[in-house]
Amino acid sequence: MKLTINGEPRDSVAPTLAALLEAEGLTTARVATALNGQFVAAALRAQTALAPGDAVEIVAPMQGG
Amino acid sequence: MPVFYGTEVASPLMLGTAGYPSPAILAEAFSLSGAGIATVSLRREAGGGQDFLRLVEGLGVRLLPNTAGCHTAKEAITTAQMARELLGTDWIKLEVIGATDLLAPDVFALVEAAGELSAQGFKVFPYCTEDLSVCERLLRAGCEVLMPWGAPIGSGLGLAHPQGLRALRAAFAEVPLVVDAGIGLPSHAAAAMEMGFDAVLLNTAVAKAGDPAQMARAMALALEAGQAAYHADPIEPRQMAVPSTPVIGKAFLA
Repeated sequence: MKLTINGEPRDSVAPTLAALLEAEGLTTARVATALNGQFVAAALRAQTALAPGDAVEIVAPMQGG
Repeated sequence: MPVFYGTEVASPLMLGTAGYPSPAILAEAFSLSGAGIATVSLRREAGGGQDFLRLVEGLGVRLLPNTAGCHTAKEAITTAQMARELLGTDWIKLEVIGATDLLAPDVFALVEAAGELSAQGFKVFPYCTEDLSVCERLLRAGCEVLMPWGAPIGSGLGLAHPQGLRALRAAFAEVPLVVDAGIGLPSHAAAAMEMGFDAVLLNTAVAKAGDPAQMARAMALALEAGQAAYHADPIEPRQMAVPSTPVIGKAFLA
């Protein structure tokens, strides 16, 4: 299905947000996630299903003022 | 030393982490200045996030995530929620930007977001203007610290509205106040502390200096001097001269 991941159009077969992070190689990375503009806590990723057209944001701490 | 939400911080210098020539120079700036708080942002993970996390967590300072770049209350709230989980802190530097050219706070959305985040248990550090009504509403929304801008972010102009900042200090004597943004020189930082501000948050003035670590140290020294001056109760300025040398006892030599 077609997803938007961090602003990029992508194809994915990941059924859940947790599966998507695994496919991205981010299982052990400290990241935070949002689905369609809503925060999804780490504990809820495995039960958060993905649907075609979903927009996923995966963020990490970066330089900031 | 400043106390924010019941936590005493080791230094009145709050230092940003963006724009340094290298991670090593960033770390040196923190170590030479003794800054007590480091601000960080949240950005899309593109490979560098994990190394940066190790770097800032190794600084030994308290981390203050920001909502930089957010233009709506909703975006800022979601960013704050992600930051709380990632960094394990309920502190959030709340930025909601209105006018893009000036990176000026959208004070209406700011108050809205501050209220919602406070209700969710966040300890909000709002990047605001020095407007008394706005600041009063932020306090009512649950904020226990105010961070009015000195001048637009990254401008280095210093304290553009010193009278407004003095009025804010006088109006909210018990509230921790931080000048956030616009600082260009140590003298600007000292001026804020001489007014009785509790801390200064800056980034560009240090990160973009020719020698960031030495500039960070200069800022820390200026803050210490300004704070000492405030506690030493400065004289009132006046328009005309007053001789400091006693007049009595001067020899008549005309």
